[in-house]
Amino acid sequence: MDAYNRFKALEMDVLKEVGNIGAGNAATALSRLLDKPVDMAVPKVSLLPFEEVADRVGGSEQVVIAVYLRVEGEAPGNMFFIIEENAAKRLLGQLLSLESGEEDIYSEMEMSALCEIGNILAGSYLSSLADFTHLSMAPSVPSVARDMAGPILSYGLMQYGEMGDSALLIETTFLEDREELEGHFFLIPDPDSFSKIFQSLGVLTE
Amino acid sequence: MIQQDVIKVGMADLKWAAGGTQLRTTGLGSCVGLTLYDPVARIAGMAHVMLPSSEIARESTMNIAKYADTAIPELIGQMKAVGAVVGRLAAKMAGGAQMFAFSGQSDSMRIGPRNVESCLEILANYSIPVLGQDTGGNYGRTIEIDSSSGVLTIRSVQFGIKEI
Repeated sequence: MDAYNRFKALEMDVLKEVGNIGAGNAATALSRLLDKPVDMAVPKVSLLPFEEVADRVGGSEQVVIAVYLRVEGEAPGNMFFIIEENAAKRLLGQLLSLESGEEDIYSEMEMSALCEIGNILAGSYLSSLADFTHLSMAPSVPSVARDMAGPILSYGLMQYGEMGDSALLIETTFLEDREELEGHFFLIPDPDSFSKIFQSLGVLTE
Repeated sequence: MIQQDVIKVGMADLKWAAGGTQLRTTGLGSCVGLTLYDPVARIAGMAHVMLPSSEIARESTMNIAKYADTAIPELIGQMKAVGAVVGRLAAKMAGGAQMFAFSGQSDSMRIGPRNVESCLEILANYSIPVLGQDTGGNYGRTIEIDSSSGVLTIRSVQFGIKEI
């Protein structure tokens, strides 16, 4: 992991732009789905110790809904779309008029709808990124889970496990004004993918 | 200093406790929470194992608590140093889930079951009996062991609280 500590400011900026372009397109897709404006925070690129990754979405034991896709192709990696439970319910209500009384019970239909939303957003994130970098990036079939954030995110960190105790991730947060619909995108490129991303964008690394 | 009642064991970390102190680790997905307990000395140990074997390590300074084959010997060593006897140790473990399932996935994605297999193999080498395990599935777990009783409490979102 020492290799990542020496990423220069320029390289970090490039990765931020990667997150910006990807999530920007995903935000547009979400905005179309909802027919409402969707705001996006400035992407964050951080090298985080494994312990702290889940803190970004409320801590290791915070129950969240997560859609996971494995990114295959020239720059493989892991991608998560994570939303909090109340935001998930609201999203379902707005999009599909699915109302369910119980806070923490999700029908198969609701989980499937959330999975598809995650799939659409992640798809637009990745296709814009693939266009930008001219690298092939194909998402796998999405998978959805409602569980603690720690176990979910750790699934995406395994490739880093053999190299060190921290992972580099590109994070973008969505905000739908007033309603506080918060969604988090995490793109965790495999350790070997960074050099390919930099190379294809013409950033020289030594 | 105020005595701490719960010691947190982080990811890829290992610790021991005695005198009624609890050991706790959160966020076990495909990682395995392995605990060892000496019922006579009342010493408990816990390791949050992330990967099955140190053979694949590519890091410059290796974290031995991360790999099953290095963490278990280290935990046994630390517990022995404070009075535990290997012949009395018994193991319990939880975790090793597969959070997301895909068809045609590579072996690296089957990390949970491989972690469990590796832990069992190493425990067998030390002839340490496994008193209970709650492994596999597709959900996350948080575990806590009580160093006064050796009871392992497992919490998950879907199944609530379970004790082994």
